[in-house]
Amino acid sequence: MNIPSQITTLLAGIALTLVSFWYGQNHDLLPISASVESIRVDSLFNLMMTIGTGIFLLVMGILVYSAFKFRREPGDESDGPPVHGNIPLEILWTAIPAIMVLGISIYSFDIYNENGGADPMDHSMAHGKAHQQMASMPGSAMAGTLVAQADPNQQKAEVVNSDPTTAAIREDLPQKKDAPTLGVVSPKIGGAEPGAPEFVVNVAGMQYAWLFTYPGTDVVTGELHVPINQKVLVNITANDVIHAFWVPQFRLKQDAIPGRQTEVRFTPNRLGEYPLVCAELCGAYHGAMNTKVVVESAEDVQKWLQSQQVASAEGLSKAVATTPANMTETEYLAPYAKEVGISADTLKQLHSEHHSMS
Amino acid sequence: MNDREPLTFLMTQAAEYQEQANLVAHGSEPDKNDWRKYFGFSTDHKVIGIQYLVTTFIFYLMGGVLATLVRTELATPASDFVSREVYNSLFTVHATVMIFLWIVPAGTGGFGNYLIPLMIGARDMAFPRLNAIAFWIIPPAGILLMSSFFVGAPGSGWTSYPPLSLMNGKAGELIWILSVLLLGTSSILAAVNFIVTIFKMRIPGMGLNQMPLFCWAMLATSFLALVATPVLAGAMILLSFDLIVGTNFFNPTGGGDPIVYQHMFWFYSHPAVYIMILPVFGMISEIVSVHSRKPIFGYKAIAYSSVAICGLGLIVWAHHMFTSGTPPWLRMFFMITSMIIAVPTGIKVFSWLATIWGGKLRLESPLLFAMGFISLFVIGGISGVMVASVPWDIHVHDTYFIVAHLHYVLFGGSVFGLYAAFYHWFPKMTGRMLNETWGKIHFALSYVGFNLAFMPMHKLGIEGMNRRIAEYDPKFAALNLLCTIGAYLLAVSTLPFLVNVCWSWVYGEKASDNPWRGLTLEWMTTSPPPVENFDADPVLATGPYDYGMGSRATEVNVAFSDASDPVLSAGPSSTLRAKPDPAVAASPSDRVGESHNR
Repeated sequence: MNIPSQITTLLAGIALTLVSFWYGQNHDLLPISASVESIRVDSLFNLMMTIGTGIFLLVMGILVYSAFKFRREPGDESDGPPVHGNIPLEILWTAIPAIMVLGISIYSFDIYNENGGADPMDHSMAHGKAHQQMASMPGSAMAGTLVAQADPNQQKAEVVNSDPTTAAIREDLPQKKDAPTLGVVSPKIGGAEPGAPEFVVNVAGMQYAWLFTYPGTDVVTGELHVPINQKVLVNITANDVIHAFWVPQFRLKQDAIPGRQTEVRFTPNRLGEYPLVCAELCGAYHGAMNTKVVVESAEDVQKWLQSQQVASAEGLSKAVATTPANMTETEYLAPYAKEVGISADTLKQLHSEHHSMS
Repeated sequence: MNDREPLTFLMTQAAEYQEQANLVAHGSEPDKNDWRKYFGFSTDHKVIGIQYLVTTFIFYLMGGVLATLVRTELATPASDFVSREVYNSLFTVHATVMIFLWIVPAGTGGFGNYLIPLMIGARDMAFPRLNAIAFWIIPPAGILLMSSFFVGAPGSGWTSYPPLSLMNGKAGELIWILSVLLLGTSSILAAVNFIVTIFKMRIPGMGLNQMPLFCWAMLATSFLALVATPVLAGAMILLSFDLIVGTNFFNPTGGGDPIVYQHMFWFYSHPAVYIMILPVFGMISEIVSVHSRKPIFGYKAIAYSSVAICGLGLIVWAHHMFTSGTPPWLRMFFMITSMIIAVPTGIKVFSWLATIWGGKLRLESPLLFAMGFISLFVIGGISGVMVASVPWDIHVHDTYFIVAHLHYVLFGGSVFGLYAAFYHWFPKMTGRMLNETWGKIHFALSYVGFNLAFMPMHKLGIEGMNRRIAEYDPKFAALNLLCTIGAYLLAVSTLPFLVNVCWSWVYGEKASDNPWRGLTLEWMTTSPPPVENFDADPVLATGPYDYGMGSRATEVNVAFSDASDPVLSAGPSSTLRAKPDPAVAASPSDRVGESHNR
């Protein structure tokens, strides 16, 4: 049996390693990375790509080389050499892959951890740290301290549904009892930056749209706007069938499951608009269930929220204590106008514009 | 044991010794060529094997048509070929057909049934009538599934997750459940038969460590089928109750949990993929050895790695659920087990490469497809290790990256392996040779078409294209068109094979009993074998892979090798070798030691 000379084997090995390292960093397969977490996933992928390229080149190289070098001579009907196996070689090619996969496992676990996936001591919801949106959610701090460790799914559902707009658009499904313990609800992914989230959005997936509600406002919209460089928490559920919340540029995906509360957390760090794709077959229009995530400055997010509140205030029929029948439109909308920080003048302007457009 | 005989004297044909020893057992007359027996209730394992192979291949063609329709829709970004509901049924039925009506029954029922009794020297399987029953479940179950198109075929994916699968199209969904239940039953019955046959019906002198690797593979496959398929049946029954009786096992509106379905479903469906690949692994071991004229490298390592894959395969299922409602500790556990299962698989791949290395390769269709299998399966294996990693899978789950991975292992893996097996055993089954030129054309078209169709899908998934959609973002249009062209090429590539098989079966060049000069017992009788396979019990005078013969003193040119030490030896004295029984061995040096006569 021929073994190629030591030098050529060495050179081939070096070339293979170099090509693998280069390709592992320059494969150009990934989309833009737009969050703190996604960059980590990318470095994991680059490592796996390096190893994969190496293995691929090795196997293909041996196959192609063998096809030429060890081809049967025409007319040669004799057997090849009686090589039956070699335990040292078996040990070598068992140990090396084992070490490699264990290495990848440990690195993956690390990345998963850094991205916040395995945080058993997470009580950020329970402690209700003071920040703008949390404080405006009536009763959230109370609900949090009513520590019901045994049923995190239920607890989470209560907290999320304490925002009336969110409760209005979510289907009232029985929540799965005894969801996994360790303080983690049907688990979260992303965002291990210590501390409570700075921006909370609730979303419900339904055939065939994502409806976002921003607690503290009564905005119901199909787009997700998040502030750059802030820790974002998205509380997810589904109203009918299983959907999945996927933003490729964040490398984050989490199924939206009816009867369960799930979440993703991330810190976007790149301005722009990114697709939000439903990634679990949910019916005929699954392919059309896409919307966008807009990462912008915190002020721009607030501006956008306000513009949405005007729009939805005009549409939503609200139960009011006084009969609206005797009020002019301006009078009727005045209390709400105050809430959204719009003066009566602005309202008149908008109102007349609305009429002139129709 | 110091004399190291030069290699040249010993590179004789081991096949001569094996054939000599089996002259008595050699069938005197091949079975009559009566086509009618293939349409009836035959209990002959060879007839049943061919019935399986032909039936499953017909379903493969149907599944292929469905795939071509899917790719036709995906040639353009808009949903403009069929309605979205129909599109969803196309990929649902495509996958169900390919899994339950093609790969599983072809590998196990087809080749398993045909080859196992022959390889172990038995006259038939342990339970011939059970065998026939298991086969005859397949055609009606398949027809039932295809008939669902008349009432609205199921459209929730072959995974059929509730609550979606409990909504529209109940008739189609019920048909789907019933056919899966039937096909699962067939699989279980066949598994029982294989286990008993392999354990109980080997010829005297063929211990577990002498039997061909395909038998080891079928043993591992059958255990998986036996343990896992009943759980699928359970899931299906509960799903059907939710569907038609109004129970709420998986329906959240009634307090049920859709995630429980996923656990039950994947508890079977992950072992199912090993059921689909292990028989092919076994056959590839046979094929590369014969066509390289070299012993399989590391017989025992490959045998035990099949057992390891069997065991590990039962504890990796939740890697299909990394983004479902699963807790972090569960994701980490399944990540580790899924990564570990790459190791026994890697052992096999390296062993095959080592078998090929230094051999005398007959670069004909069986070996071409086997080498194609190795290259494509390795790509699938690499993407598999990638998706075993939780953070990466979180990004690519339910995208075209997964579609690429699964097709590389199931098509590039199982189907290419099945083709290799067709080319290798067709002479034995029919007594005729397949046309070699058309075989090479088939290989070339398949290899190119396959890579064109599925390689770009890796990038599509990473970039952001989710799966199971009829309409997609126009930025993916160019790559999708490439994939569709590849798919059409693949469709065309089946034609040379079909024509070759049909024509050669009737008019092909007559095959000798042992056209590849193999050593396993199926080659020690006529082509095709007589009804009872052998006229007397055959003997394994040489080990099933003893190409090059040699004695325990023979040294070979491999690093670290030392013929005098079985642990270090790479030659015939290696402990890894499948040694023949001392009572009947052809080589004098193999006649030392205890006989394993039962």
